[in-house]
Amino acid sequence: MVAHLLRLKLTLLRNSLKRSTMQIVGLVFAGIYGLGLLVMVLVGLAALGAAEPETIGMVTVLAGSAVFLGWLVVPVVASGLDMTLDPARFTTFAIPMKSLLVGLALSGFIGIPGAVTLLAALGTAASWWRNPLAGIVALLCGALAALTCIVASRAITAASTSLASSRRFKDLSGIVLLVPLMFLGPIIGSVSSSINDLSDYLPSLANTLSWTPLGAVWAIPAEVAKGAYGVAGLKFVIALATVALLAWIWKVCLAKALVTPAFAGGTRRAAGKMGFFAWFPQTPAGAVAARCLTYWIRDPRYSAGLIVAPLLPLVLVFAGSQAGGLGSVGTILGYGGAFAAFMIAWSISSDISYDNTAFALHLATGLSGRADRAGRVVAAAVLALPLGLMFIVAGAVVSGSWAAFPAMLGLMLGATGAGLGLASIFSARFIMNVALPGESPMKSKPGNNFSAVLIQLAGFGGAGLLCVPVGALVVTAAVTGVPLFGWLAMVAGLVLGAGYLVLGIRWGAKEYNRRGPELLLAVSVDR
Amino acid sequence: MTEISPLRLDAPAASPKPPALSIRGLRKHFGAKVAVDGIDLDVPAGSFYGLVGPNGAGKTTSLSMATGLLRPDAGEVWVHGVDVWARPLEAKKLMGLLPDGVRLFDRLTGEQLVTYAGLLRGMDKDTVAHRVQDLLSVLDLAKDAGTLVVDYSAGMTKKIALAAAMIHAPSLLVLDEPFESVDPVSAANIRDILTDYVNSGGTVIVSSHVMDLVQRMCDHVAVIAGGHVLAAGTVDEVRGGQSLEDKFVELVGGRNQSAGLQWLRTS
Repeated sequence: MVAHLLRLKLTLLRNSLKRSTMQIVGLVFAGIYGLGLLVMVLVGLAALGAAEPETIGMVTVLAGSAVFLGWLVVPVVASGLDMTLDPARFTTFAIPMKSLLVGLALSGFIGIPGAVTLLAALGTAASWWRNPLAGIVALLCGALAALTCIVASRAITAASTSLASSRRFKDLSGIVLLVPLMFLGPIIGSVSSSINDLSDYLPSLANTLSWTPLGAVWAIPAEVAKGAYGVAGLKFVIALATVALLAWIWKVCLAKALVTPAFAGGTRRAAGKMGFFAWFPQTPAGAVAARCLTYWIRDPRYSAGLIVAPLLPLVLVFAGSQAGGLGSVGTILGYGGAFAAFMIAWSISSDISYDNTAFALHLATGLSGRADRAGRVVAAAVLALPLGLMFIVAGAVVSGSWAAFPAMLGLMLGATGAGLGLASIFSARFIMNVALPGESPMKSKPGNNFSAVLIQLAGFGGAGLLCVPVGALVVTAAVTGVPLFGWLAMVAGLVLGAGYLVLGIRWGAKEYNRRGPELLLAVSVDR
Repeated sequence: MTEISPLRLDAPAASPKPPALSIRGLRKHFGAKVAVDGIDLDVPAGSFYGLVGPNGAGKTTSLSMATGLLRPDAGEVWVHGVDVWARPLEAKKLMGLLPDGVRLFDRLTGEQLVTYAGLLRGMDKDTVAHRVQDLLSVLDLAKDAGTLVVDYSAGMTKKIALAAAMIHAPSLLVLDEPFESVDPVSAANIRDILTDYVNSGGTVIVSSHVMDLVQRMCDHVAVIAGGHVLAAGTVDEVRGGQSLEDKFVELVGGRNQSAGLQWLRTS
C-alpha cells in the first residue's frame, strides 16, 4: 500500500510534466537550484568538519532549527502548496491509517524541497569526518530530522485544514499571513544591525534550542563527539518524543478530515444587496467594472494584490528612513505612489487567467472587446488612482513641501495609464498559469515561473519605456528645481497616460474580439 | 417568453423559416484525437431537440462550436440563418447557453450573477431586475439570492446558470446537461418552463445521458458517437418502435453480452 502511494505520487509528477514543456523547464530550473543549494551545504558542512565539535554543533543546531521552522511555517502561508496527495481524495478508499500515514510521509520526500532536506540532513554526517562514531549517529539523526520536518509540515497542514474548513477563513488566512512576511526583510535588517555582539549571543541561543524540539535532534552528534552520552541520550528522547507527538497530531487531524466533508454550508440570504452593481451605469462595460470591483474585494487572489501594492512602497520607506531623514521619506512615499498605482494597474494583465472558464459567460453573451477591456480598466483605475494620490499627498505632508507634487502626480498618472493600457493588451494576448478560483493566492504552479517571469519582464520593461518621456521631465524638474518642468511633467503624464489607456483598450479589444475562443480554450486547459 | 407565435414543425423542409440551428461539416481535433468528425445537423425552429451520446462522443465539443465558444477546424454553423462564426455578436444575441463543465463568476451572489448576465447582453436595468426576480422565484432560488454562488450546492449552481442563460429571452436555448445533479422537483419545474417555452415558439437543444428523459421530453433527437451523427430526426422516427434506450444501445453498441462479474455476488 505504501509503495502504491509512492508510485501514485511519481505518476502524478510525471503526468504533470507531460502536459507542457514549460513545466519541465520549471522543474529543471528548480532542480538546478536545489542541487546547487545542496552542493553548497555539503561543501560547507565538510569544511566545517575542521572546526571544534562545539562549533559544528552550534552551526548544525541553528541551521537545522531554521530548516525545521521553515517546514512548519511554509504550509501555513501557502495553504495547499502541494496537495497532489490530498488526504480528502482518499476518503473513499479503505486505506489502513498506518499505511496512509507512512505513504504520505515518505511521498513528502518525492519533490525538490523534501529531497534536498533529506540529503542535506544526511549530509551533516560529512562534518564529522574527524569522528566516525559521531558521523554514524549524524546519519541516523539526519534521517530522523528530515522525517520530523515532513511529518511536522503534514501535521500543520492537516491541523489547519480541519480548523479552517470554512471558505472565509481560508480566504483571509493567506492574505493576513502575507503581511508580516513582506516586512520580514526590514525587521530582520533592523534586528540584526542592533545585535552587534552576535558571536556572544549565538552559542547560548544554540544551547537553548538544542533542548527544544526544534534543535534537539541536530545536537545529538555533537554531544556524542564530546563524549556526553547521557546528554545525547536525553536529546534523542526529546527528538523521538517530538516526532511521535507530531505524528499523533497528524493522525488525529487526518482521521477527522477523512470523515468530515470539505465544506460546511453557509447561511441563506435573500435578494436585495446588489453591491457595486448599484454604483456603476447599468451598461455592459459598467457591469464588467462592477463585477471586477466585487472580485477585487471578495476574491483573495485580487485582494492579496490590493494589500501588497500599498505595502511595497512602505517597505522602501522603511529602508529609506534608515538612510535619510523625514525629507527623503516624503520623497520616497510620493514616488512610491506611482509604483503602488502601477502594481494595481498591472494586476489586470492576468485578469482573464483569473476568470478561468467563467470567462465563457463573457464570450457566450457576445460582449464586445471594448466593453470588456474598459470595464476591467475602470475597476482597476478606481482603486489605483486614489491609492497613488493618497501616497503623493502623504509624501508632501511628511516632507512638508508641495514643490514636487505636480511631477509626482504626472509620474503616477503616466505609470497608471501605461500599466492599464499595456495590461489590457497583455491579458487579451497571454494566459498565465495562475492560482485557480478559490485557491490560495500564494499558490504558484511549478513550471509557471519561467514563462511568467518573461511576460512580467516584458510588461514592466514596456511600461518603463512608455514612462520615459514623463520620467525625463520628472528628473529634470528634480535636478533643476524649476517648477515649470514639474507642471510639464504633470501635463505630459495626464496626456500620455490617457493616450496609452485609449490605445491599450483599442488594441486589447481588437485582440479580444479576434481571439476570444482561443483565450477560453487556453484557460480551460487548466481547471 | 418570446413574442413568436406557437409553431410546430415536423420536418425542416416544410419550414418557411431557416432552421433554428444548422450545422454543416463541423470538425475539431485536439492533438491527435479527433473529437468531432464532420457533423451535419438541422434543428427545426420550435423543436425540443435532444442530443444523446455516450461519454466522450463529442456532444459538448459540438455544442461549444455551435455556440461560438470553440473555434471549429472546419465547417459552418447558422443560428436562424445567421452565420455564428462570421457574425458572432448577432448570432449570440439569439442564443442562450448553459455550458457544461465551466466555472461561474462564483464570488457574486446568485442575484448579482443573473443580473450580470443580463447587463452583459446590453439589456436595460429595469427589465433585468424584473426578470431576475421572476427567474429566481420560478427556480426556487429566491431565498438564496443573496448567497454567494460559491456557497451554492451543485444543483443550485446548475439552476442559477440556467437563469443566466434565459435572462435575455433567446429564441434558441442550448443546454448542456441541464438536469445533472438537479433535484427531481426542480427538474420537473425546469421541464415545465422549457415545454412552455417551446410551445410559445422557442427552440431548445438539450444534451443528456438520460434516454428516458429525452424520450418523454423531446420531440426530436440526434444520436452522436465517436464524433459522428448516427441518427437524427423526430424521436419516433429514430426509435422506430423500440424504446430510445434500446435503439441507442443498438446504434452505439458496446454492451457487454458476457455473464458479467461472476465474483460480484453476495450469495
